[in-house]
Amino acid sequence: MTDGTRSALPLIEPITVARVRGQSVRVWLIAAVVLAALPYVPGLTSDFGRSLLSQMGIAAVFALSFNVLFGQTGLLSFGHAVYFGLGGYAAIHFMQAINAGLPVPMPLVPLAGAAAGLFFGALFGSVTTRRSGTIFALISLGVGELVYAMTFMLPGYFGGEEGITANRTRGPELLGLNFSSQLEVYYVVAAWALIAAIVMRFFTRTPLGRMCNAVRDNPERAEFIGYNTQRVRFLAFSVAGLFAGLAGGLHAINYEIVAADAVSAQRSGAVLIMAYIGGARYFVGPIVGSIALTWLQISLSAYSGAWLLYLGLFFIAVILYAPDGLSGLVVRHAPIARTKAFGGLLGAYLVALVPVVVVATGAILLIEMSYRLATQPEAGTKMRVLWASVDAATPWPWGIAVLLLAIGLPLLRRAAGMVAAAWDRASIESRSRSSQVER
Amino acid sequence: MLELTAVSIANGVVYGLLLFMLTSGLTLIFSMMGVLNFAHASMFMLGAYFSFELGKWVGFWPALVLAPLFCGLIGAAIERYGLRRVHARGHVAEILFTFGLAYVLEELVTMIWGRNAVSSRVPESIDFSLLSLFGTSFPAYKGLMMAISVAMFVFLYVALKRTRIGLIIQAALTHPNMVSALGHDVPGVYVLVFGIGSALAGLAGVIGGFMWMTQPTLAHFVGPIVFVVVVVGGLGSLTGALIASMLIGIVQTFAVAIDYSLLDLFRAIGVDVSRSAPLYELYSIKLATAAPIVPYLLLVIMLVVRPRGLLGTRDA
Repeated sequence: MTDGTRSALPLIEPITVARVRGQSVRVWLIAAVVLAALPYVPGLTSDFGRSLLSQMGIAAVFALSFNVLFGQTGLLSFGHAVYFGLGGYAAIHFMQAINAGLPVPMPLVPLAGAAAGLFFGALFGSVTTRRSGTIFALISLGVGELVYAMTFMLPGYFGGEEGITANRTRGPELLGLNFSSQLEVYYVVAAWALIAAIVMRFFTRTPLGRMCNAVRDNPERAEFIGYNTQRVRFLAFSVAGLFAGLAGGLHAINYEIVAADAVSAQRSGAVLIMAYIGGARYFVGPIVGSIALTWLQISLSAYSGAWLLYLGLFFIAVILYAPDGLSGLVVRHAPIARTKAFGGLLGAYLVALVPVVVVATGAILLIEMSYRLATQPEAGTKMRVLWASVDAATPWPWGIAVLLLAIGLPLLRRAAGMVAAAWDRASIESRSRSSQVER
Repeated sequence: MLELTAVSIANGVVYGLLLFMLTSGLTLIFSMMGVLNFAHASMFMLGAYFSFELGKWVGFWPALVLAPLFCGLIGAAIERYGLRRVHARGHVAEILFTFGLAYVLEELVTMIWGRNAVSSRVPESIDFSLLSLFGTSFPAYKGLMMAISVAMFVFLYVALKRTRIGLIIQAALTHPNMVSALGHDVPGVYVLVFGIGSALAGLAGVIGGFMWMTQPTLAHFVGPIVFVVVVVGGLGSLTGALIASMLIGIVQTFAVAIDYSLLDLFRAIGVDVSRSAPLYELYSIKLATAAPIVPYLLLVIMLVVRPRGLLGTRDA
């Protein structure tokens, strides 16, 4: 895996440009085939499964656009949903115009979203990108709140709480598509997602994309060699706005409604968490994160009201122990996978799994029972947690939960030490191997 | 008009001082550690919940002391066992950590006290009319809040600028290695600062719980405004935060009281805008309706005119 979003190192990769192009063409072709086949994979053939896939595609484009800012340019935005939402509103108004007789086929609607995203990205970006770092983070938050409040002040354009609706099936047909089924929606989302991903990947390899990396890593030096860092940040911000708007346009087609929640701080936070958990250092990171979290959200929120708590805890765990996210974990295992000590590491993981399961069971039991008592007292105290029936009114499940934590936590500490030791052995072996190869 | 002005100024000062209570701890943490604590508003909310819970058991006055104390201990633990691990990885990692923490704290509060607002009533001992202004009574708890807010400012100012520990704290921000070479416990200083900052947020929460609804969305509600104050005042400047709080408090209170729109302004200068004109809806917004966005507009204007804030000395 080439690491295109981190440092200038890939520039001196000892492989020819032609080979890189050949590889990436193959990767994109595989991606296209997978995207085309996915809705026919068993388990995903229902409308629910295809809707899930569509949501993942939209989230992936949005998270990738966020990472143009965060991973590539080093700008941490807490208001990226602004461009998603404003793109969505532009797209839904465009859809209404099509419903009223504008002769444009529906699959082109996301372009209206992208145009709005670019426009507002450039508009707000001209102010917000004057600064970087902490101040930029704060300003992006402020702009997010500003736009969110505006949606309630201009109900004519934003539709207030109810939002704006349009009909995706009423418009001129293109290639026989009329959007009556979720499958057609999915293919439009998938096609746009693939195009967006290719363009954003290409963007990381352009001179501007490289300058974004330079501005992220060492703005002072970038200034010294004659680049205007603010201009680079502004351009990156506009590009990110464009693709966020595109994702908003896909959102408008998928749901046929855009409401104030599209620009909300919650959505801005969600995309940040997706990109970070997936791994902001890697191009595929945000895709991995958005797939994983969309799936988790859909499947977990049906079972548990506490899903945001689990998400927050998981996010903190990733920040503390896996700062390069899920894709970072995979990448870091790649060089040691062929060492002899790798078996030992896998063994240590297996052993560590036991206290992890014990602690998780105890914690889930506690959290679920507390949540039931605090948020749904009307549902009674008898409930199912994981695979067991418990009665939160009796002291037994509470005692068991505390006992599990009391046993599991010390064990987890010891297991963590074991894993760390096994990791060290494996990485030392892989390092000595690679130095032998160099000789 | 005089009545409106006087009442608005009084309310604006009260609101401004409340905002300052909220931001003082954040400013302390930022100016001494360089950490922008996104969980600060959550600590404020935690203070409000602690005061509600403790108020039921031990009464208001002990709660006024105990709730900030608990918040401070929790803050210190967060620094010691969480923030310290990510400190070496820079400010973005720290911001993200506190951002994740805000999620967790909101859900933990929901888990314990439920999603609905708890009924935190003003205790009787401070719920009497202190004085009346044009027939509007000014309750004593607002007076208490103002007193605490001013005390916070004085305490922080003196502690940081006039005491030995304050000097060490300031030195630890810019020259941590040198300070630790001189025999001071720099990580301990960070724990202390984060603990005090969280305790100040908790103290603000005890009082602020009466002004706003004590519910899990409270942190979401006050969080952004707190950051606006900090940016407008100048990151890390205590006096700047005080001025910005008062400014935003008064401007916003006045905005709520003024029932005019841009249309009225156009009419006053003799321009009549027709209903079909572009952006008509934008002009017709009454200032009172637009009050919630006033702080954010101020933020954007400030950034264009003076990016470092009112009294900011350094760029973040």
